[in-house]
Amino acid sequence: MKNEWPLWEVFIRGQHGMSHRHVGSLHAPDEEMAIKNARDVYTRRNEGVSIWVVEARHIAASSPSEKGPLYEPSESKVYRHPTFFDIPDEVGAM
Amino acid sequence: MASADPYFDFLLRMGDNTLILGHRVSEWCGHAPVIEEDIALANTALDLIGQTQMWLGLAAEVEGKIRTADDLAMLRDAWDFRSALLVQQPNGDFGQTLMRQFLFDAWHLEMLKGLIKSSEVRVAEIAAKAVKEVQYHVERSGDTVIGLGDGTAESHAKMQAALDLLWPFVGELFTPDAVDDAMTANGIAPDLNDLRTAFDTHIGSVMTEATLTIPDSRFAHKGGKSGFQHSEHLGHILTQMQWLQRAYPGASW
Repeated sequence: MKNEWPLWEVFIRGQHGMSHRHVGSLHAPDEEMAIKNARDVYTRRNEGVSIWVVEARHIAASSPSEKGPLYEPSESKVYRHPTFFDIPDEVGAM
Repeated sequence: MASADPYFDFLLRMGDNTLILGHRVSEWCGHAPVIEEDIALANTALDLIGQTQMWLGLAAEVEGKIRTADDLAMLRDAWDFRSALLVQQPNGDFGQTLMRQFLFDAWHLEMLKGLIKSSEVRVAEIAAKAVKEVQYHVERSGDTVIGLGDGTAESHAKMQAALDLLWPFVGELFTPDAVDDAMTANGIAPDLNDLRTAFDTHIGSVMTEATLTIPDSRFAHKGGKSGFQHSEHLGHILTQMQWLQRAYPGASW
């Protein structure tokens, strides 16, 4: 329907979170109302300290049908996991 | 009927405004035009009911613990309510609800900013907590008034009609009476006349952006906050809001 407000994807950084995480989507007429709606819909239970919104049409996504060539080659490359050495405490969260 | 203690009356005014408006706004729950607005309105209603608990809780203490906040909310009859006429007005369409909200929010914000400096510590504490919620309410309702006022021809016409309809209920909020004068005299509440300038500036800029015209009249209906002459709507609100406690006295969650 042409009268529908555009769809926005909502990202929220939690109280102790390091990064914004995708929490869901909503409709809003513009970016200011999208942030307000996100505040009302997704932070009612004290979930967040920062909100990002982006109009869904601006997100480029990989195609599910290309799953094989995109992701399967990495399944057999266990040596890429940083589990073969100790990370010093001073490094902090990675 | 004015009670003997103007401080008690003043607390009832604050709590009854938020109670009646909170109930009114809650009537939208499940009915708003889009789910985002539905949730936003429910949040606002809950904020207002939360503030009611604080104001009527303090009123009950001031009265001398004869009644509780729940008693005051659910067991008083219409003539003992002290809510302004504006908050009793029907929801109408979505635009009318948001116009009523914005006009109340803009007054509420100035009132609470004044109450933060109250000579009564408890009043100042409640105001400090409530003002953060109300700053958001007024931002949201103001943005919606602008969006709908400066929207389509139809939404503009509806918002102008809502402003014309509700404007005569604004003046009561700013017209001091004996209770207000007593509160100002002992520093509990700000002088209502002093709030009007900031209010006019605020709504003036929002209405200009919303391309809406504020009626050129200061005529004001009165009788709500004094309890002398409530609108016919208040009784209907109470029959619904108080029904459960009236039918099943003492029923609890």
